[in-house]
Amino acid sequence: MTKAELVAEIAKKSKLSKADAERAINSFVDVAKKTLKKEARLALAGFGTFVVSKRKARKGRNPRTGETIKIKASKVVRFKAGKALKEKL
Amino acid sequence: MALTKEAIINSIYNQVGLSKSQSRIVVEKLLEIIKETLKSGENILISGFGKFEVKEKSARRGRNPQTTEDLQLRARRVVVFKTSGVLRNSINKQS
Repeated sequence: MTKAELVAEIAKKSKLSKADAERAINSFVDVAKKTLKKEARLALAGFGTFVVSKRKARKGRNPRTGETIKIKASKVVRFKAGKALKEKL
Repeated sequence: MALTKEAIINSIYNQVGLSKSQSRIVVEKLLEIIKETLKSGENILISGFGKFEVKEKSARRGRNPQTTEDLQLRARRVVVFKTSGVLRNSINKQS
């Protein structure tokens, strides 16, 4: 399911126009991103938690040329499904 | 911190101009639809944010690390989240 289909479903189920539903989803995603950037954690009760975890810088190797390269420290977003979601599946 | 849902509801209220209760309904419905879709085994793609995928795990033998007791882990389904490139870049930018 893509965002467009999601918009249509939400509009139907919450009796909103598609335009409003789309704006609402965009706002949702927007806040979610900002929260992750700022606080590195986003918990949605009954759904799950997003956590930003840090990866240290490490050395890697280009498998094709055998050349050693440096991989910079980075951050990744991890999602942990909540209990309600896990049980549903 | 379960406050994040409230923060999202507030932002929809402020940015989109829906009422508080409508904003709350949208958020709840959104999560509900995502859950139902995943339950049906279908993946969800939210462009600019990420993708939720359902993965089938087959049964395997496990062990309770605390009691070292052997146990059978049933076949089950799990949700995997893949971060979109856009989000990954934006998170790594100001570090």
